[in-house]
Amino acid sequence: MALKTFIEAVREGLREEMVRDESVIVLGEDVGKKGGVFLATDGLWTEFGDDRVIDTPLSESQIVGTSIGAAIGGLRPVAEIQFADFIHPAFNQLVSEAARLRYRSNNGYSAPMVVRAPYGGGVHGALYHSQSVEAFYTHVPGLKVVVPSTPYDAKGLLRSSIRDDDPVLFFEHKKMYRSVRGDVPEGEYTVPLGKAQVTHPGTQVTVIAYGLMAHYALEAADRVAEENISVEVVDLRTLRPLDKETVLDSVRKTGKCLIVYEDNRFGGYGAEVAAIIAEEAFDYLDGPVTRIAGPDVPGVPYNHVLEEWFMVNPEKIADGIRKLAAY
Amino acid sequence: MATTKPALADLDLRLGLYRVMVACRRFETRAQELFFEGLVRGTTHLGIGQEAVAAGFAAAMRADDYTFATYRGHNHALARGTPMGPLYGELFGRANGLMGGKGGSMHITSAEHHMMGSYAIVGAHLPIALGAAWSAQYRKSGQVAVCFFGDGTTNIGAFHEALNLAAVWKAPVVFVCENNQYMEYTAIAAVTAVARPAADRASAYGLEPIVVDGNDVDAVHEVAVATLGRARGGDGPSLVEAITYRHGGHSRADPGTYRPADEVSSWLARDPITTYRARLEAVGVDAADLDRIEAEATAKVAAAEAAAREAPEPSPDVIETEVWADGSSRWRN
Repeated sequence: MALKTFIEAVREGLREEMVRDESVIVLGEDVGKKGGVFLATDGLWTEFGDDRVIDTPLSESQIVGTSIGAAIGGLRPVAEIQFADFIHPAFNQLVSEAARLRYRSNNGYSAPMVVRAPYGGGVHGALYHSQSVEAFYTHVPGLKVVVPSTPYDAKGLLRSSIRDDDPVLFFEHKKMYRSVRGDVPEGEYTVPLGKAQVTHPGTQVTVIAYGLMAHYALEAADRVAEENISVEVVDLRTLRPLDKETVLDSVRKTGKCLIVYEDNRFGGYGAEVAAIIAEEAFDYLDGPVTRIAGPDVPGVPYNHVLEEWFMVNPEKIADGIRKLAAY
Repeated sequence: MATTKPALADLDLRLGLYRVMVACRRFETRAQELFFEGLVRGTTHLGIGQEAVAAGFAAAMRADDYTFATYRGHNHALARGTPMGPLYGELFGRANGLMGGKGGSMHITSAEHHMMGSYAIVGAHLPIALGAAWSAQYRKSGQVAVCFFGDGTTNIGAFHEALNLAAVWKAPVVFVCENNQYMEYTAIAAVTAVARPAADRASAYGLEPIVVDGNDVDAVHEVAVATLGRARGGDGPSLVEAITYRHGGHSRADPGTYRPADEVSSWLARDPITTYRARLEAVGVDAADLDRIEAEATAKVAAAEAAAREAPEPSPDVIETEVWADGSSRWRN
């Protein structure tokens, strides 16, 4: 197996799906000749040409709406939204149209498409290049939401997302693009949507995380292991549909659960996970379901001290684990 | 600007145009009555007075061309061949409805007839229609997407975004603005910087401004043939502004009293169906043939109404179906 960066895995997944299926089309702002601002699509235009790798105007609503129509017409568009923060102009297309087409047509047609977007803070992007947007979309039946944390999962989940018959939002933490490396096998493999993974087995506290936070959760687990606290880390990988079984099995075993997400705390994705645990595993709990999440401010601030204050980090998670373990 | 002189279409075509317009009119007139009977609930937006646009374009379309329409979409569904029974069924919310009762009047779709939806969010379907056209271009299928929308749509961003990219791509799409003079309850002229809300924007995207009398089905058909041919031939998109008039209000609850009486009466005098009947008779069509077309439409509407009345309500079980690709709403959840 080859060691690859996260973004190399994304690029490989895109390329191999385009080779496999000529209905797979890539479009977005600067994805062609430039290869994307993060270079996720670097080389694709050279290999596949103007018909399949398309530079669009700076209009996210148009990018997603056109992708929906192309999907109705039998293509498999993979749209890139340059930063997750820019996805909101396309909110209507995603929520009112893409998510609803199958239902409103009683399965007459649907929009099998992928919208990729880099999300997350910690890179000094400030108010409009740092946000987490997953909670807006996990709320919507008809959309699938995927947040990989490793290069292996990024490639395997991206392939599954492109082949999936529902619209999929695929969020990639931009801080991981070049800082996270991992083994990526050559050739064909997929990672199924809707399956979480226990990435660190343990017995006392379950930590549920996704994306960059899945890495920080592992670091935190290592820190508290030195204090004889045994942590089980669950990397959700797909947020919707949620793999409830893996989450509940872990919580029923440990009796304590900490949910970690970078997004604003109030109404964040972890709130739903907490509610499900409260509803379905209450009898097994030995402590309150708790959260470590971003503060409730309207954007990630610019100044590095302020940004560090915003960001969840391994030590904040470790503190949360310690409190829960001592409960 | 394109000329709007009536084409000397052959008789079958012209009788077909008349048949579709009459069917639409009878269907919607009865739908309104059924609304007041409580069979149709919620609201409904009628295209009475605008039938010539749907009929004229549909007659020029290939069976696999795409139609994208708005919440005022009954005429477009019918013109593409969607049967009246399932259409009434959907208006009634019955199990025999086109979408099993999930959609209702405002959200008619019939993929089988390439009627790819009546969109309720103004402007949302223009980029989607472009995408469908783009897929046809990529697949070299020869299909064209025809996207109908109201005058109010010309002031939303999606209209401009779709026109721009359609022109850049030379996509096989025809954008048809049904300018019925009012965006909901407000005169379009009161909120628009140009006199012709669609056509006057065409030049911004390198397109020819095309204005057609939307109450003259021959003229609409002629423009449809030209623009569909242009799209199919690889010469790119068109933007057509069809000038027409909504005989009633915005929705069933709206009497439309904000419109000057003389304006309404002058447009009623230009009813696309009665004027077309007069034109057909003037060129020698037997009135009995036209009477028969009308009687057939009336009979079809009655049969469709009866079928929908007899259809059961959908089972509550269907509410959680067709959310995800596996058919359910609980995909591994």
